[in-house]
Amino acid sequence: MIDRLAPPSQRRAYGSGGINRVTSPWRANIVPYASILIGSLIPFWVMTDVMPLAPPIGFIIFLSWRLMRPGLFPLWIGVPLGAFDDLFSGQPFGSAILLWSVTMIGIELVETRFPWRGFWQDWFTAGLVILIYIFASMLTSGATITPHMLIATIPQLLLALLVYPLFARIVAWLDRFRLSRSRRIG
Amino acid sequence: MAQPSSRRSGFSKKQQYSVFTGYLLASLGAILGLALLALSLWQPAALQPLRGGANDVSATIGEAPATARAGGNNTWDTIKAYWQAGSQNADLRREVEVARIRLAEAQAVEAENRRLKALLGLAEENVEPVVYSRLVGSSSTSARRFAYLGVGSAAGVEIGMPVHSERGVIGRVLETSRASSRVLLLTDSESVLPVRRASDQTVAFAEGRGDGLLRIRLINLGLNPLEIGDVFVTSGAGGYYRPGVAVAVLSEITSDGGIAQLIAEPSATNYVVVEPVHETLAVEASEVRDGEALSEAGLGEEPVNRPENASTGD
Repeated sequence: MIDRLAPPSQRRAYGSGGINRVTSPWRANIVPYASILIGSLIPFWVMTDVMPLAPPIGFIIFLSWRLMRPGLFPLWIGVPLGAFDDLFSGQPFGSAILLWSVTMIGIELVETRFPWRGFWQDWFTAGLVILIYIFASMLTSGATITPHMLIATIPQLLLALLVYPLFARIVAWLDRFRLSRSRRIG
Repeated sequence: MAQPSSRRSGFSKKQQYSVFTGYLLASLGAILGLALLALSLWQPAALQPLRGGANDVSATIGEAPATARAGGNNTWDTIKAYWQAGSQNADLRREVEVARIRLAEAQAVEAENRRLKALLGLAEENVEPVVYSRLVGSSSTSARRFAYLGVGSAAGVEIGMPVHSERGVIGRVLETSRASSRVLLLTDSESVLPVRRASDQTVAFAEGRGDGLLRIRLINLGLNPLEIGDVFVTSGAGGYYRPGVAVAVLSEITSDGGIAQLIAEPSATNYVVVEPVHETLAVEASEVRDGEALSEAGLGEEPVNRPENASTGD
């Protein structure tokens, strides 16, 4: 019996690197999570005192991975990743755990109805999810919501919507790096 | 792209169970998140150690971007000044701005002195700062406005201590851990600060609006005496802040007060000072419920030298 050359490094039926090339399982499994964790950390170091401005980078990267590679993440992954995001976002602990889990479930449910997708549809989906996410995290932040605050969110919202294609490209590049050949056989 | 076929459960009992388990775990995770959210909104201090430990690490790393940010600000100022009128321009302008604030503060101190002399003739003591530090991070995605300091309880920072920059008030320490602490900025929608007009005794509350401006709400309603350009300083009420530190400049007049802009913008500061709580006794007194007496031990420590400070809690 022929053994498998490498353990399956992704939960999908195709794209394992091809004949004669093996992906590094460590790299294939770590890159998506590491990119999300780093994305969660970045807004911590951005200094904004006036209004929320930085897009939720961790969430956008998470969303990009989810939309590009359905089935890569287990459904419960929102809990650990959200918990890490909560440590640095300034939101009350638990807010991202809730919202990221709900995002995973929601996308999973909707996706089974629309199996075929394209870039524009992805952008639309991501935009909608980001919009809901930003307003929902405003609700869970414990702040008193004022009309001024809603107006002050508009720049952050627009930035987050416009920056999604960029992160989708970055994630696509990371995915290529993740699955690129690590050693040659034979 | 279409879903990979492995995720369609079909007739496989095993697949069906694993899909079901996935949904179950995710739903449990969402419920866990909801419970934690409720807990941290109800008892904000409960999960603080967890976050504090994480922030200790990120605040240490944050020193580098903070240094870069300060350097970047300076470079940009210099370039801007050269473009306009030579490289001194930025420095001079900054100096004039600080001098203008100092002048307003001096007026406030003068008024304060006159009032105190009229009362008891008490001398204003020199405040020894607890520690100097940088603001290393902020909650830049959240609707709340927090900043993070690179020092914590190991350096003597305690909850409630006011944080000042060289221009004026930044905010108040909300949480501390060993090597970092979280500061509630003035612009946060939950921040309320008792202030008074620098030129006289018009007292008001400065409330954060959540969009970078402060709402000045006068305590004595009636004819609105405010004018655009009025400088507001801390009144010292509530006991956290020492009186006479610059807070905001009025930019718009409303029926019950006005809208004011910050004097000390956290993103434009290099170093901040953490000062001790001004009137520990007043803060303790504001935490005592109605009908209870202040403990004798608390009263013995320090004489009550400003009776009006205990009146308002913030």
